[in-house]
Amino acid sequence: MSKPIIATTSLAGCFGCHMAILDIDARILQLIDLVEFNKSPIDDIKTFTKECDIGIIEGGCCNSENIHVLKEFRKHCKILISLGECAIMGGLPALRNGIPVKECLEEAYLNGPTVGRNTERILPNDEELPMILDKVYPCHEIVKIDYYLPGCPPKADLIWAAVVALVTGDELNIPYELVKFD
Amino acid sequence: MSETIKFTIDGKECQGTKGQLLVDAAADNGVYIPVLCHMRDLIPAGSCRICTVKVNGRNMAACTTPAEEGMAVENNTPEFLDIRKAIVEMLFVEGNHFCPACEKSGNCDLQALGYKYQMMVPRFPYAFERREIDATTPKIFLERNRCIFCKRCVRVIKDEEGRNIFAFKGRGNTLEINIDRKLAATMTDEIAQKAMDICPVGCILKKEIGFVNPIGQRKYDTMPIGSDIENNHQ
Ligand code: SF4
Ligand code: SF4
Ligand code: SF4
Ligand code: FES
Repeated sequence: MSKPIIATTSLAGCFGCHMAILDIDARILQLIDLVEFNKSPIDDIKTFTKECDIGIIEGGCCNSENIHVLKEFRKHCKILISLGECAIMGGLPALRNGIPVKECLEEAYLNGPTVGRNTERILPNDEELPMILDKVYPCHEIVKIDYYLPGCPPKADLIWAAVVALVTGDELNIPYELVKFD
Repeated sequence: MSETIKFTIDGKECQGTKGQLLVDAAADNGVYIPVLCHMRDLIPAGSCRICTVKVNGRNMAACTTPAEEGMAVENNTPEFLDIRKAIVEMLFVEGNHFCPACEKSGNCDLQALGYKYQMMVPRFPYAFERREIDATTPKIFLERNRCIFCKRCVRVIKDEEGRNIFAFKGRGNTLEINIDRKLAATMTDEIAQKAMDICPVGCILKKEIGFVNPIGQRKYDTMPIGSDIENNHQ
């Protein structure tokens, strides 16, 4: 039987959740025995070249590109996991939720105390840039998500236990210490 | 002398004194019923409903119901574990709880209940309401994004003349916790600390100090909420 295939992505996240994946340390050798990686920043495969079994999502959706990537993941992965607080509830980027986008952009680019010289008072408007959304959305409010691994970032032992349980089909018993929201 | 009564919780034989609140009587028998708004010896508020149990077939708040002879109480049944999980989830989506950036994280009762009931994601959509922080008083931040309206601060924290320092304003979805600026200016460090300690979440924060205990040494890092009550008795 061929190995299960994993894809990962970082949407509106800080990449900390991906660092937490790498935090499994030497078990990464076992991991590459167990699974194959497809689209992921870890191997730098940029587009799906195969249908995948597990998609791991870091970060919520703050712009149109995030939505696009998340929908691609749903299309190409049998199982989707929201990894970390940003994917689950928007996380720190969602601190802007409840504040109108216009107000946020003006603070960031025009009025904030650390704004440099923006004499023409331009808000970023290049058409290459993805559109910023009215708020940051948790992933499960955009597509169906199958599993959730909380934490900021989730503990490496939790990620390891969950991935191994999914791949082997063994029951997942999570010790109290491993599930934390921070 | 107070009258001793017998009752059961999930089949376990318990003893208490007549008129004692069920939640306290349970704790004295080593049974943890979760609370957020309740504090022993305080007039019950009955506002959070996390302590909901079934008494003789009816749902009741264990913090407002006196224990009585012969009561049959259901506490840790799958039905009630799910009701409580749903209440925790509701409180999470109603406020703005960014645990990774919260000074109370690791010491917060709401979060600890999230851990206890293994909340992976709330079943309700996030409200993401805008709530203002009040940082105008010398000793305290009021981080309203995290208030769960338990009214503990209103009931407990008074100035020397017994006047309330905290009060609610508004109703329904405009309800808001407020602080009396004049009285707050007279708050001692001890009172400020007490206010922070009794707030079950990270809404009342003492200024100039935060994140005192490192991760791993906080109240609920390794000990589930309620285990002190459960471990104290057999
Ligand atoms: S959950 Fe925390 S570690 Fe993960 S992407 Fe968000 S901020 Fe970074
Ligand atoms: S008050 Fe508790 S639940 Fe809310 S953000 Fe702080 S730690 Fe999390
Ligand atoms: S500020 Fe804290 S103690 Fe006061 S009502 Fe809100 S949650 Fe309860
Ligand atoms: S603890 Fe009973 S209603 Fe809040």
